[in-house]
This record gives sequence, C-alpha cells and structure tokens, in this order.
Amino acid sequence: MKVSSPQFKEKSVIALADPRLRQALGQSRKGFVNKRAELVGELPEFEQLRDEARDLKNHVLDNLDHYLERYEAAVTAAGGHVHWARDAEEARSIILNICQRVNAKTITKGKSMVSEEIGLNEALEAKGYTVVETDLGEYIIQLAHEPPSHIIAPAIHKTKEQVSELFETAHGGPRKSTVADLVTEARLVLRDKYFQADVGITGGNFLVAETGSSIIVTNEGNGDLTQTLAKVHIVTSGIERIVPTLEDVALFLRILARSATGQETETYTTLSTGPRRPDDVDGPEEYHVVLVDNGRSKMLGGKFQDMLRCIRCGACMNHCPVYGAIGGHAYGWVYPGPMGAVLTPLFVGLDATYDLPNACTLNGRCESVCPVRIPLPELLRELRHMQYQQGIRPPGEQRALGAWRFVAERPRLYQFANRLAARVLKGLGGRTGRIGSLPFASAWTDSRDMPAPEGKTFLELWQAKPR
Amino acid sequence: MPPSPRVGLFATCLMNLFRPNIGFATVKLLEEAGCMVEVPLAQTCCGQPGYNNGDFDAARALARQLIAVFEGFDYVVGPSGSCMATLRVDYPKLFENDADWLPRAEALAAKSWELLSFLTDVRGMSAVQADYAGTVTYHDSCSGLRSLGIQQQPRLLLASVGGLELTEMRDAEVCCGFGGTFCVKYPEISSRMADEKCANIDAAGVDTLLGGDLGCLLHMAGRLKRQGSTVKVFHTAEVLAGMATGEGIGGVPE
Ligand code: SF4
Repeated sequence: MKVSSPQFKEKSVIALADPRLRQALGQSRKGFVNKRAELVGELPEFEQLRDEARDLKNHVLDNLDHYLERYEAAVTAAGGHVHWARDAEEARSIILNICQRVNAKTITKGKSMVSEEIGLNEALEAKGYTVVETDLGEYIIQLAHEPPSHIIAPAIHKTKEQVSELFETAHGGPRKSTVADLVTEARLVLRDKYFQADVGITGGNFLVAETGSSIIVTNEGNGDLTQTLAKVHIVTSGIERIVPTLEDVALFLRILARSATGQETETYTTLSTGPRRPDDVDGPEEYHVVLVDNGRSKMLGGKFQDMLRCIRCGACMNHCPVYGAIGGHAYGWVYPGPMGAVLTPLFVGLDATYDLPNACTLNGRCESVCPVRIPLPELLRELRHMQYQQGIRPPGEQRALGAWRFVAERPRLYQFANRLAARVLKGLGGRTGRIGSLPFASAWTDSRDMPAPEGKTFLELWQAKPR
Repeated sequence: MPPSPRVGLFATCLMNLFRPNIGFATVKLLEEAGCMVEVPLAQTCCGQPGYNNGDFDAARALARQLIAVFEGFDYVVGPSGSCMATLRVDYPKLFENDADWLPRAEALAAKSWELLSFLTDVRGMSAVQADYAGTVTYHDSCSGLRSLGIQQQPRLLLASVGGLELTEMRDAEVCCGFGGTFCVKYPEISSRMADEKCANIDAAGVDTLLGGDLGCLLHMAGRLKRQGSTVKVFHTAEVLAGMATGEGIGGVPE
C-alpha cells in the first residue's frame, strides 16, 4: 500500500475540519471505550490476565523459531501447506501463484490487516481477479476505494448516511436509512459471492503451534463463510501471531474481545485445521498459510520486540485522543493510532514517517489499556531518539533544542533569561493578564491565549524573601 | 524518617517563570507537613524536553546537573506530576547503561515526589486548613496519573477544603492536548483536544478548574480564555494552601 505518512500534517488538518468524520468517530469510539471499561470492571482478574498474556507472548517471541517450526510441522501433518514470505512482494507472488494454479476467478476475503500490509487487493485486481471483501467495514471501504482507518472497524470514519449513499450507488437503490436495512442489503449482495468464490482469503488472529490451527474471531460470521465455502482457503498472517497451545488461546480470547469491542467474547471464534477431511461435510480442498515476515524478524531481540506482542485489538486507538481528533487516515499507511505510530516507521522507514512518533502527547492512555502491556509511549520516544540521532527533524526544531540545552546547562544564564522573559511577557499581557498574539509563539497563540507571568521568577522572589 | 526532613524544592521551569505563587503555596504546604524547605539556586530544568524530543544526551546532561544539586536532601519535591515523573521514573532509565550514574539516579528517584503524593503518601497528611468558596472540577494530568498513580491524593485533600464543592467532569483523565512541545508542533490537533476538555469542563458547570501540572493548566486556561470562558484556573496547591486568590491563571492580575 502506498505510504502517505509524509503528508500527516496536511491530512490531519483536513481531517479536523471534517464535521462528518468528527461525528462518525465520536460515536463509535465512545461506545468501545465505555463498553470496555464496563466489562473490565466486571472481571477482577483482568489485570492479572494482562500480565499472563504479556509473559506468554514474551516467551513465544523469545522462542519464536521453535514455535514456528512446530507450527509448520503441525499444519503439514493436518494436510495443509505453510509458505514463508520474507516481504510483501514474496507474499503477493505466493498468493498469486496459488490463485493462478487453481484457475480462480472470484476471491472472497475476510478481514486481514496483513493483506492490507502487503497490498494484496491491488495485486489481485491487477491480474484480473474479482476480489470481494466480506467484512462489512472492509466492504464499505472497498466500495469507497479507501484504505481502512481502524484495525478492527475499518470504516469507523464513515457515518451511516455516507454508507447509505455508497450502497445506493453500488447496489442501485432504493436507498436504505437504518443500520439494520443496510446490513441486510450487504448480506444479500455478499451471500452469492461466497458460493461463487474459488479462493477464500482470511487473516489469522492466532496460529496454534500445537495443533496447526488458524483461528479467526469475527462478529459477522463472514470469515467462516469465506474459509469454508471456497475451494481453497489461504490464511495470511504475521509470523508473530503464534501461540503455543489451544489452552493458551483461551487466555487471549478473554482479553481480546474485552479490549477490542467491549464484548465478553466475539460472536464467532472459528478454528481451521488443514483442508476438508474425507468425512467432513464441508471445508476447502486446499489449505494454505502464508507467514509474512516483512520486517518483523528485525524487531526480534531489540528495543522494539515488545511491539510484536500486539494482538491487534485496537484498544490503543480507541483510547488515543490524537486518533480521536484526526481519525486513522492521516497516519498514512495501514496501521493507525499508537500501534501504527510505532509500526509504520519500523516497516516503511523513519524518513517518511517523521510525524508519526511525534504527533503524540505521551499521555500513556494507550499503554494503560493495552491488553499485552506494550509500552507504546516509550517505544514512540525511542523512535524520536532514533530520528534525532539520524538528523531526521526540522532544522528549526533541532536549533531550538540546542539553544534550550545551552541555556539550561548554565544556571546563571538560565535564571537571567527567565527573569527577562517574565518581565517581557508580563508587559505584553498588560492589564488583561494574557497575551492574545505573540509573533514568535504563534503556534501557541493562534488558537490559545497565553497566560502572562506574574512578572518576577520564583527563584528571584525566593532570594529576596526575608527569612 | 527524620521528624523534620530537609526537603529540596524543585522549582519547575513553568512555575518559576509563569506562576511563582504555586511555588510559595508548595513551600507553605510542605512546612505545614513539618518539613524544612530549601530552594537550591543552582537548579534549572529536569531535562524532560530533551528526553521527550529524542535528545537523550541533553536530557542526561541536565539530569546529572540536577542530581548533583539535589542529592544531599532527604527529599526532592515539586508541584508537577510531569517533572517529578521525569526524576522518579525516567532518570534511572536514562542511566541504565552508566555504572557511575545509575546508583545516583536511582537514589534520587527514590526520594523524588510530586507534592500532593508526598504530603499524603509520605507525610500522612489527610486534611488542610484552607477555604475556597467555589465549585471546582479536577483535571488528572497524564504523567502524574499514569506514571505516578496520582488520583486519590488531590481529591482527598480537596475534600477537606472549607466551602469547596468538587464535581467530577466527564473524561477527567483524558489528555488536554498540552503534551510539552506537542502543543506547538501540532497546534491544530492540540487545540481540538483542548476543545474536548473545555466542553467537559463547561458541562460540569463549575466556576473553577484545578490541576496539578502548570503546563496543562496554562494550556487549558489559554483555550478557555480564548473561548471567552469565565472559569478560573488554579493549581491544586494554590487552593490547598489557601492562596488561590484573584482571577487565577490567565486572569486579570491583582
Ligand atoms: S498495541 Fe496493544 S492496544 Fe494497540 S492494538 Fe496492539 S494489543 Fe491492542
């Protein structure tokens, strides 16, 4: 997928001015946040589950080679095939080859962020395949020709009215106005596609090393139809999504649904283990798993390994006030919000993504809800450090930091500068006590008054105080 | 614990420049809690702007300076969750690979406290002698809340202030959009975040906004005033010390 992260600032300003975006985001995010809080409150051991999930993920990542090999052996034993893709291009060509070999025409897809990451739809469409997204949110943005703006609610940026417009154009009216009618309409359109599909592509929330199973959790059941009705089922997944045993999956399911949508459990949790067996009534004839590295193995063993614990629940963006203000598209690639601000620079490079780690107040709300306790603010700060070391930073900023350090390292100069500033700013505030416009600080005063200082610094008043 | 500990007051940059009244309120509260307060004049900034902007070397240089200034005290206390979290949480991380400075950073971290948590958690204070005739709401600043666990302490002490009525606003714990240099690097996003906060303050129907971090308070006051709001803004310490007189931060000076 094309990276538009360098336009972060422009895109965020446009997003801020879009009233429909504000309306769409406000409603659904509040719902996620409130429902999560309610359910977490009802589960006293939730904090302990987060610790366990973090520790288990760390264990898997420390022994990833071992678990991947076990997983591959188990998939093979069940009659499936594991394909290893070093990068996006390899992943695409593996999938294209399969589609070509089985002579596919129509391809249905369940929601998969990895397929967005590797730019799969464009590649398939370029080869003439008909690709149908079956997750309602993905279907909506496919019709709108837009990338997802949220990892679990890809069309969260759209209002109901915008969706009815899209459906009216795509399906040829009459226009529906209730959510229920819109869902029914999408369901009817999609129902046929499942039966036409030659290949069904899904993501994988968890890959179980013990059994070789891939697991998807959805609320619509679309993934199940995608993977059982097509002749060939292809799973696309990152190499880090492994869990050791089925037992362990239970732990993650408990925290995933609560963190993601504020549900005790998602409506459908579906396991796939190999292709259809002789006595199965349905299921695909072929079962493939494409394991995508695409930069992940480079994160192992370093400062960013923690990020590989991510189970893609979306809680960090639901709780991020910056995401809440600008939505997901400004981030400019596949993954938005706090987790995207960490992953995008690592995956597509620091140069093109200057703003992502910086457009954050380090308020820490994301970390406080992350079910696997990823220290997101610390990782963002670490990325800023890497940028600083590599000189990736607007020159004005670099100079300002240098000047600040020079003064702050010299206590006398520092006190003097502060005394001066206190007087000048006090003077500018005059009798109102606030400054409405300040040329060298317009970035502040364009939208906020600047409260004026009292006129003398604390340290000088303290010194002058009789004791 | 010595009965009357020697406390070094960390005069945070923004307090020193913008609102010394908070510093004097801090001194008053510390003395009421039985401390001997000193203010070393060789102090400057804790280094957080460098740390948060990725210039870890600058942060370390200032941290070393500050450690040297304050390590002789029994405690270091400052009226800011954000600055004190830098001393308490970040300093040890900054020196994790420095065998000489790590012990000194850790020793300083262990005795560094944000004012209100020091008063309650260390000095056992549960009430103050102060009055404030007003309805207030309290904004939980992020670093204090999430890095230092400051949430109940200010509310406990505020409950003892005569005449004060606290109404919780919605989303009190959501960031106001200040974020240090964030507020000038991304002013549009920052202002939208402030707008959400202002709307919640407004909806709480109070006449005063309180908080424990001057950066956030300057930011929220600046946006409130720009919108023409009459809500007064004070640092919690000013109210607890009975020194919240006048029009508050960004208001007409006395
Ligand atoms: S970083 Fe944490 S909160 Fe964000 S999507 Fe990943 S697991 Fe969920």
